[in-house]
This record gives sequence, structure tokens and C-alpha cells, in this order.
Amino acid sequence: MTTHEITLKVNGQTEQVSVLSNMTLLTMLREKLALTGTKNGCSAGECGACTVLLNEEPVNSCMVLAAECNRVEVLTVEGLAYDRQLETLQQTLIDQGGVQCGFCTPGMLISARALLNRNPHPSEAEIREALVGNLCRCTGYVRIINAVKEAAHPSREVSHA
Amino acid sequence: MPKNENQTPTINPIGASLPRIDVQEKVTGTAIFTDDIQFGPGLLFARVKRSPHPHALVKTIHIEKALALPGVKAVVTGADFPNRIGLYLKDKHIFARDRVRYIGEPVAAVAAVSEEIAEEALELIEVEYELLPPVFDPEQAILPEAPLLHPELGSYEVANFIFPQPGTNISNYFKIRKGDVDSTWDKCAAVVERTYRIPHIQHVPIETHIAIAQMDHTGQITLWASSQSPFAVRALIAKCLGIPLGKLRVIAPYVGGGFGCKAGVTMEAIPVAIATKLPGHPIKLRLTREEEFFTNFVRQRLIISLKMGCDKDGNLLALQNKMIWDGGASTEYGVNITRAGGYSSSGPYDIPNVKTDSYCVYTNNVIGGPYRGFGMSELHTGIEQCVDELAEKIGMDRVDFRLRNCVQAGDTLVTGMSMHPTGIKECIQKVAQAIDWGKKAEPSAPNKKRGKGIAIMWKAPAMPPNAGSSALIELTDDGTVNLSLGGQEIGQGTFTVAAQMAAATLGVPFEWVRISSPVDTKYSAYEWQTVASRLTWSMGNAIVSAAKDARKQVLDIVAQWWGEKPDDLDIVNGWVISKKSEEEVDLKTFAIYGLPKPNDEGWIGGPIIGRGSFMPTYVTGLDKETGQGKRAVVHYTTGAQAFEVEVDTETGKVEVIQVAAAFDVGHAINPDLVRAQIEGGVVQGMSSALFEEIKIKDGVMQNPSFVDYRIATSADFPGKIHTIIVEVPQEDGPWGARGVGEHPMVPSIAGLANAIYDAVGLRLPGPPFTAEKIFLALQKKS
Repeated sequence: MTTHEITLKVNGQTEQVSVLSNMTLLTMLREKLALTGTKNGCSAGECGACTVLLNEEPVNSCMVLAAECNRVEVLTVEGLAYDRQLETLQQTLIDQGGVQCGFCTPGMLISARALLNRNPHPSEAEIREALVGNLCRCTGYVRIINAVKEAAHPSREVSHA
Repeated sequence: MPKNENQTPTINPIGASLPRIDVQEKVTGTAIFTDDIQFGPGLLFARVKRSPHPHALVKTIHIEKALALPGVKAVVTGADFPNRIGLYLKDKHIFARDRVRYIGEPVAAVAAVSEEIAEEALELIEVEYELLPPVFDPEQAILPEAPLLHPELGSYEVANFIFPQPGTNISNYFKIRKGDVDSTWDKCAAVVERTYRIPHIQHVPIETHIAIAQMDHTGQITLWASSQSPFAVRALIAKCLGIPLGKLRVIAPYVGGGFGCKAGVTMEAIPVAIATKLPGHPIKLRLTREEEFFTNFVRQRLIISLKMGCDKDGNLLALQNKMIWDGGASTEYGVNITRAGGYSSSGPYDIPNVKTDSYCVYTNNVIGGPYRGFGMSELHTGIEQCVDELAEKIGMDRVDFRLRNCVQAGDTLVTGMSMHPTGIKECIQKVAQAIDWGKKAEPSAPNKKRGKGIAIMWKAPAMPPNAGSSALIELTDDGTVNLSLGGQEIGQGTFTVAAQMAAATLGVPFEWVRISSPVDTKYSAYEWQTVASRLTWSMGNAIVSAAKDARKQVLDIVAQWWGEKPDDLDIVNGWVISKKSEEEVDLKTFAIYGLPKPNDEGWIGGPIIGRGSFMPTYVTGLDKETGQGKRAVVHYTTGAQAFEVEVDTETGKVEVIQVAAAFDVGHAINPDLVRAQIEGGVVQGMSSALFEEIKIKDGVMQNPSFVDYRIATSADFPGKIHTIIVEVPQEDGPWGARGVGEHPMVPSIAGLANAIYDAVGLRLPGPPFTAEKIFLALQKKS
């Protein structure tokens, strides 16, 4: 199997990685860069637990080949907080109590960040729609939606990771 | 001596909605789940060879070709592991030996340097089977002429409260005989007789099962597993493999969703079995999503036949309840669901005459196991629809009917046990009020119809009578606290509640308490299992006891130092204070190093460590023939849910407009966490009512993926969830608390069924109430 040398930016850091042709972006993040915050829930692009931003667009990293990620920019959950300061969504998720087991949380945060990046003040319907690919079995979604609403509230200065 | 600058106590942690202790880790991607642990280059990957047949004899297994594949380090089969395993009934092998009983049953496993090579090796394992006739329908499997799945059932080791019927496929038969049902029907003004079918569903944790095992060169084995039950895992696997208990250490990081499926032992034994053959190598087995669906625990299917009667005033007089549980190929855990369904078979009602027959039946389906609610969702789906029909028959309001019949303190329950104080009436009244019971709102469109429904519930922790808890509290150099416990954080917030209880009892700020996690059987205090909604109550009692022990040590040392009486001292905000002399000293001054006696005459005290344990001692056995006994269970948590729905008569789609859910938690230690449990449970229950069903055809699961097995998404949850906390204290609960983890999903199927009936006059034989099924039924009706 062919090995590919790729260079990419992950959470603002430049990384050079050797990856096999069949390695996914998810596996590369978790096993080559030890960024284990991004989770694997199905390996099939169906649960959203592995969502990361790829050039600012949310993707299921289990469905992206690492070899295709030369010269891209990736943002994972580890890149949301800056200098140990939580970003707005992380804080509102805490304030609203939108975390239980925490396994869907990283992907959920990234999908919500992608939404707020393209639409800073979404309606509830737009929030529900944007998170429909991120499955959560614990919370019933109520508090997650509330957290996104709160983060999007005009009174909050939206922090950008 | 430094002075306590903040004399005002911090907020009382009990009853405060403090933020989760694990939440910073979880929003930053820092929290370690089992698959996040790095094992280095020695790591090997396991894959499992599974039976393609639902029922067959295993004639021969050839592993030579697989072993010869480069990169393969070991291949194991059932030949190496002769003992059976199981929680209540040891009826399962780690790998099938002479017989396979479901599609997906492990037959062999491979460990290799990559998952791909391990997968490839599976294809090289040759298994010769002799096919046997399968049986998939539990109503067929229960018949004498059915193929026998476990001919050796009579020789299996079994808990003394489980009653297998050797020579049949019945692995547990639980009976209730209370009063005289047969002579009562004539006295009834209304009788309803119904059968409901509640299909298999799955837990669907977002984290699939994962376990890594490693044996070192001295024979010491460590198992890292996503588990609700590290101590039960240690005990069951050690016994099955003939390993001394102390040679097996289980480390259980955060669990990415459990709901029961990570209780007991399922796949965790497989990597341990392999590890015993490959000293030095960590062996990792992570289930694929497909395997999670078709090889792990599912919720048992139930066929429930009910006959219920009441008099003209609406007093329930008699219940006949026959439950046939589809246990699947192994019922090692499921047998106790049959028992729980039996001893709670009246639902939360005072009924003088009850006859119950609850059967756990082997079939060639996937293995049924514990699922949030432990049989109660299924049972109440039947009971609560029958109750609605009875109320309608005698012309009584459905809420009034429930208020009249629901259990109250002092009632003699279905097992003969006397009911303790409970807030079920308040739950009923509050949910009805919350959704404006009795008023019908206008539908949003002419083709839509509105309806309201209510369902109530009860559930007791289902466990052995002597399931125990323990805790250790250690003060550290700076006065802060390490709390060691064996209960597992599976998302419910137990670590947070544990810290609140320790802080409140000891007298330190909540922020000073750390949980000694991950749970590790080598260091952590013992806990039976994180199941049955029992931790807040049982582990909570152990924590309070440990904190009191530490507190006593602190007060004794300081009292001696000050020459005062311990009773005159208190610990407030991490400072010991004297109410008499107004002396004060902070914990860090002496928590480890003690205090000096005057004139350099020596020292007082030493490191402070408190210990506590709890075990209920009052649960009695139940008579095998009648199910009667003094005290069947520790207690019941009760509750109610009321739904308002809108049904689209052109598409059959059910929209949940609002739901109100009230539960009697005794005392809410952390009200926000209680509300979060209620919301999550309501949506999971709603999902099971409207969408979920495992479809099995000839033993083959038809929908083992998120595309084909739909769970609720962010688009589906109700417009409004009213969460209501009711607090009637539990006599032996910490601050009066009892559990609520499972209960919020229990009444949902019945509540929605009753609301749908109210809207369109339709009852389906069982969930899920999909748009398609409702549309077709509406067509048929008109």
C-alpha cells in the first residue's frame, strides 16, 4: 500500500504526516496526531461523532481519506478553546447542561460552530436542521439546542476559534 | 495561624444544580474514553469469527490456515475455554463449543497486527456446522414440541431466585398468585382483554463496545473496558477463565453511553481470553456499529396478554398477566427481567387479585439483556393501555381512574410487600395540569387531529437482594478530598452527585472534591454495578457513611488539640470551627501531618481516611409458587407522563406537541441533573415509541445500521418538555433521595399510544407507531 506524505494545518499548527492510502482523516487525527477528542461512532458517516471542520466546512472525518488532506486546514474539538479559554459554545453547553456521556459532544460542538460561522443568528429550526446528522442518545437534544441558541444570542460576542 | 477569611459557607451542595464535575473535560475533547488510550506498538487487533447460522452443531473448526497468515499472532476457539459465564444463570460460553444458537455468536477470534489482517484471517477459519431447526418466535419456543436450545439447562449454575424449567426453553418462570382472580371477573363492571407485542430494540450508545486486555509475563491481566460494571466484569471473567480474582484488574474509563448494554459481561471476555495466550501484547476488540446491533444485548421482545377488570366505580379488582419474554440465545442476564416484570406486574396500582405468569424463553434470536427500564417500558405499554380502555368503558376520566387506583403508602403490593410513602398522585396531578388536561386545542391544519394521553409508572431497582456499595474518602495535604468509588460515570452525572454528597457531609466546598477516576478494581472502592438507578441511593449511602467517618476523625483530633468536645465543633467550608471557643483551623493544617501537642510532647492524628459501605439487609425471598414475600424490593420510584400529540391523517405522522413528565425522586440532590435525566429519557422513550424496531427475519437482523434503524434526531424532539420533580423522601435514602435514571423512558410508549387513540381512535398492537402503520390503520378503519 502506498504511503503519502502530507502537510496540513490542524488547529492552527502545521503538521507533516505519513499516511497509508486507506487511512481516514479520523484515524490520522486520533492515531498519528493523538487528537483523540474526535470520536468514532460508526465508521460510516452516519452518527456525526467524528465531525471536524475541513477548510471551514463540517465533514465526517471517517469518510475522508487522509491522503486527500494535503494543504488543508482542519479544526477539531481540541482547537476550540484558545489559551485555556473556552469558546462561547463550549461555555453555553456547560451552562445549559447539554453534556451527559460526552461522546457526541466534540462532533456536536464542531457542527454547531460550523452553523454559527455561516449563520451567526440561526432560528431554532435552523439549529435543529444543522445538527440533524449528529446523533445523541443521552440528552434528548433539548439542552444542546438551547446552548446553540444562547451562543447565537445577539448579546453574546461570538468568539471564533 | 491563618484565619478563615471567608466565614460564609459556600452554597449547600445538596439540592444545588452544580455544574457537572466532568464537563470541562468533555467539552474540550480531554475526557478519556477507552478507545482514546494509547497502547504503543505491541498492540494487536482482535476480530471475531461469528456463526452465520441461527442454530447448528459445531462439528469441526480448522484454524491452521488462519494461523499461517503473516501478521496473525493467535487464533482461539471454544476448545480452549470450557467454562460457562453469566450473571444470574451461567448459560453462555465465551466462544461457542458444541453448538451455536444465534447469528453472530462468537465461534473463534483472531489477534493480528492490524484489523485488516485479522479480518482476512477470519475468512481462513473453516467451521463445519450441522444445521438444527431454529425457533425464532417465543410463543413457539415455549411449546413442548419446540427444538430445545439448551438441553443441559438443568445443570447450569443459577441464582436461587431464578427458576429455570429444564427440558424446556423456559429459563425462568416467575409466578404471582395473590387473591383469587378467577372468581372476581363476575364482580367486574368492565373487563378488558388485550395482547400487545413490543419489539426488540437496541440501546444504541454512540460509543460502541470496546475492550483491551493485556497479560504480563507474571500472569497478571489488565482489562480496559467501556463498562458499567467493572467489578462484575472482574468477578465473572475471572471465574469463567479460572483466573484468581486478584490476577485480573479492570479499568473502566468514561462510558460513551450505556443504557444497560454495558452492564454485566458481553464481549469483554473475548480479548481477555486471547490475552491469556499472548503474554505481553495488549489485545484490542472494538465492535463495529453493525456488530453492536446484531451481536450485543438488545431489549428483549415481549408478548404480553392482559385481562383487567374494575367495578362500576372504577376500582380495579383483578388482573391476569401473562408475559412471554424473547430472551434470545442466552438469558444469563435476561432471566431477571422476567422476574422484575413479575414482581412489578400490577403496574403502580392497588389490585387485590393478581395472577401473573412471566416466562423467559430461549429463541435463536440475538441475546436480550438489560435496557434502561429493565422490562418496565414493555410491561407498562400493556398495563397503561388496558387501564385507559377500562376507564373509557365505565365512563370515567383517565386521570381520575389513575388517581383512584394508584398505589399509596400501606397498600399491600402484588408480592405482599407493604408500599412505602410515594408521590405518584402528585405526579399524576402535576402532569395533567401541565398539559391542560381536559381541554382540546385546535389542530394546526384541517387534516390533523389533536389528542392527549397519560401513562404512569413504577420501577424498583432490580438486583440481587444483597448488592453492595462502598466508598473511601481521603483528605490530601491541601485539605482537598479524593473520593474513591466504584460507581461508573455513564453520562447520568453520578460523579457530580457523589462529590456533592461528600462535600456536604464533610463540610468542604464542592470544588474541593475530586473523584478518583477512572474506576479501577485495583484501587477503587467496590460497587456491584452501575445499573438499576441505584447509585444515588446505594452508593450515596456509602459516601455519606465514609464522609461521616472522615469527619469524626477530624473532629476527634481537633477536639483533643483544643481540649474541647467533638460535639462542640463543626466543619464549615473546609475549616474546623468551635461553636464554644470560637477557635478555628483549616483542614490542610493537619489533614496529613496531624497536630503538635503542646511543649513539643509529640503529635496527635495522622492522615485522614474515611470508609463507608452500604448494603440493603431487608430484602426477602419470594415464594416460588405464589411470588409472595415480606419485602420483594428496596423501594419503588414512581412517576407519570402526559402527552399532547397531533396526528396527520393524510400521512399518519405523529407530532409530539408537548410532554409533561413528573417523577418522585425522594430528594433531588442536583435538580438540573434530574431534569436532564428526565428530558433524555422522555426523548429516548418517544424514539422507541415512534421509530425503533429491530427487524429480524429468520434470525437475520435486517436493519443493523443508523440508516435503517432510526433513532430520534435533533429534528424530532418535542416542542415542549415540562419536567417536574416530586419529592416524597425515601426512608433509607441519602437526604431522602432515590434513583431516576431509567424511569423517564418507561411510560412513553403507553402515554403516546393513549394520546394517539385520543386523537384518531386507533390502537396498534405494538410500537413503533410509525407514520406508515398509522396511515394504513386509518385507511383500514375508514
